[in-house]
This record gives sequence, structure tokens and C-alpha cells, in this order.
Amino acid sequence: MTAPLDPSRRFADYAHPERLVSTEWLQDHLGTPGLVVVESDEDVLLYEIGHIPGAVKIDWHTDLNDPVERDYIDGAAFAALVGQKGITRDTTVVIYGDKNNWWAAYALWVFTLFGHEDVRLLDGGRAKWVAEERELTRDRESAPSVDYPIVQRNDAPIRAYLSDVLDHLGNPLIDVRSPEEFSGLRTTAPAYPEEGALRAGHIPSAQNVPWAKAAADDGTFRSAAELNDIYREGAGLKDGDSVIAYCRIGERSSHTWFVLTHLLGFEGVRNYDGSWTEWGSAVRVPIVKGTEPGAVPGR
Amino acid sequence: MSEALPEQLEQIREDFQELEVRTRLELLLEFSLDLPELPERYRDHPDLFERVEECQSPVFIFLEVDENQIVHLFATAPREAPTTRGFASILAQGLAGLTVDQVLAIPDDYPQDLGLSEAVSPLRMRGMTAMLARAKRQIRDKTAA
Repeated sequence: MTAPLDPSRRFADYAHPERLVSTEWLQDHLGTPGLVVVESDEDVLLYEIGHIPGAVKIDWHTDLNDPVERDYIDGAAFAALVGQKGITRDTTVVIYGDKNNWWAAYALWVFTLFGHEDVRLLDGGRAKWVAEERELTRDRESAPSVDYPIVQRNDAPIRAYLSDVLDHLGNPLIDVRSPEEFSGLRTTAPAYPEEGALRAGHIPSAQNVPWAKAAADDGTFRSAAELNDIYREGAGLKDGDSVIAYCRIGERSSHTWFVLTHLLGFEGVRNYDGSWTEWGSAVRVPIVKGTEPGAVPGR
Repeated sequence: MSEALPEQLEQIREDFQELEVRTRLELLLEFSLDLPELPERYRDHPDLFERVEECQSPVFIFLEVDENQIVHLFATAPREAPTTRGFASILAQGLAGLTVDQVLAIPDDYPQDLGLSEAVSPLRMRGMTAMLARAKRQIRDKTAA
């Protein structure tokens, strides 16, 4: 059983309006059978200081990443994790979080790797819910455990590995990092910890569209018209393009993946989660420095 | 041979280590809620505070060395940044009453010994390591003259 869609007119111009719900809709549907609300934040303790009533917590680092290899958890671990959170294969999952839903979009992308059908974002995320002075609780998580089937992760449609990116050169790439990281002035986001890349710069031909451009001041997504200006006019994407987005570890680019796939309707967009921490340390891959995208080297 | 840790830092370390990994987060949350407000005299002096750039959320610290060479750490971070507040609070409590020499002798990897890496992620722990490093540097600068 899934929850009804949010019929808000402000989502109507997006390619897949069923992927968003508003704070009003969520307020009205809290407690609806078949709906589970998930909070996913950058700050691992934010859920504990207050969350939407009934919401469960999924942490990108301690829950979704494999603890040993640099990869996501497998089907068995995912089934165990989400089953514990009261999520069945048919559940409508609404994810929200801090920082313009940055980590929420990352969690949504991981749910998509496992083919979870009905997974949506709360437009505006945690900040909008808080700004509207809606209820928060510090109740402990209390979801009933349910069975979730063990589903093999299907990476290929939405996830690119380093070798895929090399094969892709010549097709559109969107680098969603800050201009300082793109040009090679630094390897980390301003004010962020060093995550280890040995070289600075960007993948040849990548267009620099910092991820947060897709968000309005209140944290909601910009309108379809504004997003078209940014990605079609600005970055030159065209219908039918095969696009790969990347950032530093694949989180900010999940947000852009969501925008391109679900709001603008591009098909086959992939997120390169190895991103700069892999590319910038890999041996003999081409790198361009400076503010221009640069040319793809001949092969 | 490394010197023994000052008592309160050792106590904090033991308190974390005794807990299961999941419960360690709850203790970090308690620290976060206990981060003291800035004393009156520093409230209107954002200029004195240094931003810890390595932390994912804005956090500012300021070290004071009094006439008895005792160190005081003051920190401020938004409520919506509980993990960073927790790190600052551990250091504020852990350094309380220590002398300059004692603080400078704290091992740089003390944060890694709290057993929080698994609960919080190693990446996030780097913020606390950086906070300790900046605290020590401020003390060195203040006592160099």
C-alpha cells in the first residue's frame, strides 16, 4: 500500500511531481498506513535533538556505506536496515534532511539503487519544517520491524564507476562542486575537512554547476523554468543527452542527479560516487585546471 | 614513553569506551547539550574567536590563558550542529583547569581514542582532531611572547 500523491500545483511543471511532497502534505499525512518518514542528515545527532513525529533515522555514513569496502551496503544489509525501520517493499518513503536535502537526496539515490519504487523528498527539507514551526519530537525511534525482501543492488542505470566515466568522455559531465574546487584552487569544499585527493582540478569538459544553485533561499527546489535556465541554457544539456554528475564523494551530485532525473526528466543520468576523491587520486586519468571546462584529450 | 593523560580526559575516554557503540552517540549528545554558554565578557566579541574550518558546521573557539598559566576553552556553535557542539564540549570539559604544558602534551590523536569513529564516522571525527590542533596552536601563539 502506498500513500496518495501530493497534488500541489507548484510541483506540476516538474517531470516527475510524484517525487516531491510539501510540508503541508506531510503534516496532513503523518501516520498514514504505508508511509514511513526518514530523516537523513549531515550531522549525525540532529535527529536526536528533534525530528518529525514518527520519523526514523538513516545515516549516510554509518548505515548506507559498507563498513569495510568503499561501496554501498549489499541487498541483505539493506533489507535488514530498512526492515528494522518499518519499511516494506511497497512503503511510500518520504526522506528529508538538513542542508537543502543534500544527504536526503543521497539516501534517496541509494534507495533507488535497490529499486525501491516509491521514494520521495520533502521539498524544503528539515529547515523548512523547522522554519514553519511545525512539531518536532525527541521520542525514540519506534518502528515495528517488518520484512523487506533481499534485492540485488542494480548500479548500472544510475551509478557510474571510474571506467564508465573514461568511456563517457565526450558526453556531458556536470561537476557540482564549488568553483574553487573546480578550478583546482583546493581539493575540498570551502570549510570542509580534507578527504584525500592528491590532485586538484576537474574532469576534462565538465561544466561547473554548484549543486546548491538548484535550491531557492528557503531550501525548496527552484521552479522548472529556473532549473531549465541553469541546466539547459547554462550548462548546455539537451534532451537525449547521457549525463554523469560528480562531486567529491558523490553526495552533492546525488542532489543534482535528483534534479536532472526527477524534476527535469533527463533519462539515464548517472552519479559518479567515486567522484573527485577517486579521480583526483587515480593514476593516469586526464585532469584540467582552471575555470574553463577544457577539451577531452584524444585517445 | 608518553605521559599519562590528565585525569578528566582519561575519565571522558573511559566513559565513552565503556559504552556500546550506539550508546556512545547518546553520551556525545549529552556533551552537546552541556556546552556552556559564552561568559558575558566574550559574548559580544566574535572577533576573538577562530573558526574551525575543518568542521562541517560553523564552530568558533577561543582559548584564554590566565595569570596562573591555566587554560580555558570557549566555544560557540549553532544548536542545529549537535555533533560539532559535542566535540567542543568534550574539549571544553577535558581541558578545564589544565596548565599550558598539560594541554600541549595531550596527544594529537586523543579524539581517535574515544571510540567514536564507528558511531560518528572517521570523516566527522576529523573535525574534532582539527579543533584540538587549533586549540593547541592558539595556546602556543599566546604563550610564545
